[in-house]
Amino acid sequence: MIATETDAYQDAYQRLNDARGDTFPVWLRELSERALNQFTTLGIPTTRDEDWRFTNIAPFAARTYKIAESAEIPASRIESLVNDAILDEQFHRLVFINGRYAAQWSYLHELPNGVIAESVAQSILTHPQSIESRVGQHFDCENSAFIALNTAFVEDGANIVVPDDMIVDRPFHLIFLSVTDEPAVSHPRNLISIGKNSRATLIESFRGLEGASYFTNAVTEVELHESAHFDHHKLQHEQLNALHLATTQVDQQAGSHFSSHYFSFGGDLSRNELNCMLNGERAQCTLNGLYMPVGDQHMDCRTRIDHARAHCKSFEIYKGILDGRSKGVFNGKIYVHQDAQKTDAKQSNQALLLSDDAIVDTKPQLEIYADDVRCTHGATVGELDEQAIYYLRSRGIPADQARTMLIFAFANDVVRGVEVLAVRQHLETILLAEHGLDNV
Amino acid sequence: MSTDNALLEEYSQREYKHGFVTDIEADAIAPGLNEDVVRLISSKKNEPGWLLEWRLKAYRHWLTLKEPTWHNVKYPPIRYQDSIYYSAPKQQIKLNSLDEVDPRLLETYEKLGIPLEEQKALAGVAVDAVFDSVSVATTYKATLEEHGVIFGPFSEAVHKYPELVKQYLGSVVPYSDNFFAALNSAVFSDGSFCFIPKGVRCPLELSTYFRINAQNTGQFERTLIIAEEGSYVSYLEGCTAPKRDENQLHAAVVELVAMKDAQIKYSTVQNWYPGDADGKGGIYNFVTKRGACRGDNSKISWTQVETGSAITWKYPSVILQGDNSVGEFYSVAVTANHQQADTGTKMIHIGKNTKSTIISKGISAGFGQNSYRGQVKILKGATNARNFSQCDSLLIGDRCGAHTFPYIQVRNTTAKVEHEASTSKVGEDQIYYCRQRGLKTEDAVNMIVNGFCKEVYDVLPMEFAVEARKLLSVSLEGSVG
Repeated sequence: MIATETDAYQDAYQRLNDARGDTFPVWLRELSERALNQFTTLGIPTTRDEDWRFTNIAPFAARTYKIAESAEIPASRIESLVNDAILDEQFHRLVFINGRYAAQWSYLHELPNGVIAESVAQSILTHPQSIESRVGQHFDCENSAFIALNTAFVEDGANIVVPDDMIVDRPFHLIFLSVTDEPAVSHPRNLISIGKNSRATLIESFRGLEGASYFTNAVTEVELHESAHFDHHKLQHEQLNALHLATTQVDQQAGSHFSSHYFSFGGDLSRNELNCMLNGERAQCTLNGLYMPVGDQHMDCRTRIDHARAHCKSFEIYKGILDGRSKGVFNGKIYVHQDAQKTDAKQSNQALLLSDDAIVDTKPQLEIYADDVRCTHGATVGELDEQAIYYLRSRGIPADQARTMLIFAFANDVVRGVEVLAVRQHLETILLAEHGLDNV
Repeated sequence: MSTDNALLEEYSQREYKHGFVTDIEADAIAPGLNEDVVRLISSKKNEPGWLLEWRLKAYRHWLTLKEPTWHNVKYPPIRYQDSIYYSAPKQQIKLNSLDEVDPRLLETYEKLGIPLEEQKALAGVAVDAVFDSVSVATTYKATLEEHGVIFGPFSEAVHKYPELVKQYLGSVVPYSDNFFAALNSAVFSDGSFCFIPKGVRCPLELSTYFRINAQNTGQFERTLIIAEEGSYVSYLEGCTAPKRDENQLHAAVVELVAMKDAQIKYSTVQNWYPGDADGKGGIYNFVTKRGACRGDNSKISWTQVETGSAITWKYPSVILQGDNSVGEFYSVAVTANHQQADTGTKMIHIGKNTKSTIISKGISAGFGQNSYRGQVKILKGATNARNFSQCDSLLIGDRCGAHTFPYIQVRNTTAKVEHEASTSKVGEDQIYYCRQRGLKTEDAVNMIVNGFCKEVYDVLPMEFAVEARKLLSVSLEGSVG
């Protein structure tokens, strides 16, 4: 590790720490100090680290990003960015610009009693004890340099709490915009807690100002209490110059259901890590993902499902559609702990290659320390079926439409799992309408 | 089931059936490794200068390497300076017939169930028996010579066919390949050399029985098989080892070269001492095996049944260079008690229309940890490459583990790669079904396990298929109820 790589962050940290007022809680200051030290110890990972074998972060880490300030960008440009991101006016909307909550663009409908939806900065200021037990609770910063980095720079993000026995009908939509004219970094930290028998839906959108170069290093922590249901969606539409790293950690108590829908379209290099800890009996998770890199994009999807208790189920489908000189990496681990009997885990990764220069690296993994389990994984890589295209063409469908139809059919396994209509329509527009076909 | 524990106990107290030490005076050098040891090994074998140079280069390279840690096996650090790097039975006179062989040696073979004379007559198998590190007797030489097949000890080939050895040694597994290959290249004692000339179908299944014998001797075998254009050879390798307490290091290298239209079938049954029920002792088996399909339409297939060793670290690979070449890997790996295995394969597709098939069956029982680690790499020029991988694991007992680490790397659109893996335990409903039909639980499990491995047994040569079935049922004796 070259010392200078982390030096830039040290200086930035000093400035941030000085700017943190007296109201900044001591425990959080200590936590972020520890995290910074851990980041310095770990250093920027290289391809020699097994976890980063297929994703070379070095060229990006060498760049200097400064902590994003509120930029001098005309409001009209921000407005159009927000409008692009909005999926449905009915959603609770929390907008973050360069990682900081922007109240003027956000809109919260009336919230059910006891539900909290506010910025983490607000929580730190007014009632820090409510998040004290939740920041870094389910993580060890020990092994991930970028989680440590995020923790060191913890400042803002969304804090969403749904109390017990409550169903929140309207989805929460978190919109993260990077609006900057010089290379900048933001470290949003989201804290989500869903109470017993409660139900909620969340959508995260990541976008940026056209042409901007920036680094998003997001961390989301989710706690699902007993029998909670939580639907999580992520739409990654970062700019083509962006480095996007994100980790979502989910801790599931008994009987809880978690479903994740990840869609990756943007970014120069993006890496999404999703870790599910099935920490109570009969917990269940469904992880769906679709990554569609084109040009020179590099997309890395990592998932880890820990079956720590008996009778849990997990289902996972990740699909990649690769064009241009892009690279798609999938790394999925299912870890069945000792005594997690009666585990049922299914994992599948399929990659479709549209170009000769696209590159696929796939590494599904099963680590099993219990015996009464049913675990399967499958991985395939291939191209569009010539015969299927021929079949469609022989029925009068032009070649490019036939391709679009087949690509959509491939992606639809993931898309149709999305229950929020506005999100599904958004995806169908990308996959179909933009190629001249009607939405389903 | 209450019988489980009783059976498990019985199994865990089972003695290693091939555990005995033959007392033959061995010509061993002092423990430790340095350049002088490398020179000494080379001079003891009367090797030409170029080979010594090669060994020294390998040794110097080895010094720069670190022992790998990426594997999913755990063992106390190996003290390389405490091993003896050369040991040969004191019997260097050339032999013409088996009668001249030390009778105690022959007795050992008989205990292992491989009487040379009998095999000569019954099995029609030429045996190049490697006792510790020096080949003792080679049979069926005449038949092979008739067809122009060269099959004999490596040390002999170095003198008789220096050009061939020089040309191919290290051409598939270079000394710089990995830590254990470098160590082997520096100190390899002996091994087998096999050359099949153009257009010859080898009339016999070639077979080598390795046996580790002298105390504290690491075994560093080196096998080189070259199949010239249009030739075919089936090679059998089988292993047993006597019981001892100290861990023994074994780092072999196997290189296969298949030219145009040639076929090599390499089958292994490995049953070295796995350590006792508490995980004490046992062989550390770090093997580098690789084949190169150099010519078009060539084929290399690896079949292995791994039931022994405390640690198995082995990835028989195929480099598919020639167009239309085929690579196959069939494996059954059993880990019981405290055995650990990290094994799998690499298929590197370079040529057009290359095909590879991987069938891996892992069985874990007791505290065994079984990992499949495989890589399928389709390079840019490998148009229409095809791979099918299937890795199934069977778990017996709740303290064992089964792990799968496949790496799939594709650089060509026309590639079709499929990977499937599943992990499950022997179904209670399956056992119930068999018991209903009057089978004992143990027989039922045996039947299910054998059925689980059937795909691999089907491709084993007949002699091995019988042995493998027996081995498996012995290995898993009593571990299931």
